[in-house]
Amino acid sequence: MVQYARTPFDASFAALSDATRRGVLEQLVRADASITDLADKFHMTLTGMKKHVVVLEQAGLVTTEKLGRVRTCKLGLSRLEEEAAWIERYRQLWDARFDELEKVIEDLKHKETINGRKRK
Amino acid sequence: MDARGSEPTNRTKVERKSERELVITRTFNGPARIVFEAWTKPELLKLWWAPKSTGMSLISCEADVRAGGRYRFEVGREGSKAMAFFGRYVEVIPHSRLVWTNEESDDGAVTTVTFEDKGGKTLLVMHELYPSKEALDASIAGMEGGMPETFAQLDALLVTLGASVGRVP
Repeated sequence: MVQYARTPFDASFAALSDATRRGVLEQLVRADASITDLADKFHMTLTGMKKHVVVLEQAGLVTTEKLGRVRTCKLGLSRLEEEAAWIERYRQLWDARFDELEKVIEDLKHKETINGRKRK
Repeated sequence: MDARGSEPTNRTKVERKSERELVITRTFNGPARIVFEAWTKPELLKLWWAPKSTGMSLISCEADVRAGGRYRFEVGREGSKAMAFFGRYVEVIPHSRLVWTNEESDDGAVTTVTFEDKGGKTLLVMHELYPSKEALDASIAGMEGGMPETFAQLDALLVTLGASVGRVP
């Protein structure tokens, strides 16, 4: 089954939830391969394999490059994509921190209001 | 609760502003005075710096927030050894500006945080200046600065699949 996901995390896990796609990654660890090679190896139609590769690509686990009529798949991200993925992970880290910080600020504001009232 | 809490301006933004700079911004629902306090009291820093959702836990948190004072945060992460973040405060201007060094790596950034009052809200801008383009690139490649737990698990899975660590995200 081919699924598309919203966040990088979802995308990675959705991509890895499928046995064929894990097989494709294992294959690419050994050597780069064309979509045709991969379709043959996994006894699939070219269209079916293309869909799997798109999912892996969206999750940033695979990059593809078209040379002439052949699309070659390899592991990993291009440098720009790698940077974008890192920035998104870093953003998520700070976003998680700032969500907690927002709670601390609410608490401090609340305490200040109460103390303010007491003083009067 | 802020009824418009979901408006996009409230979200955390991260941008690579130049070859050497990262800029993180967020608007908080409170005056700069209070936001600044939450950044400068260790007992408050502890409450938000290592959120559970990231798989981190804070082992220790010391911060002597004055120019020349040192800080040290130790963070544990499930399944990996503790990491320390440490450095020195360079500039401390109450309610408006903090500058510190990041000395856990040789090529660490200098971080400047500014707190700007915007009618009861605070615009927070965090600016990380690396000594060189290479230093920021290396930081990105090495995923310093915190990798969410889920990615650690994903990496572990890819390693068991036999992928070389250097080639996977």
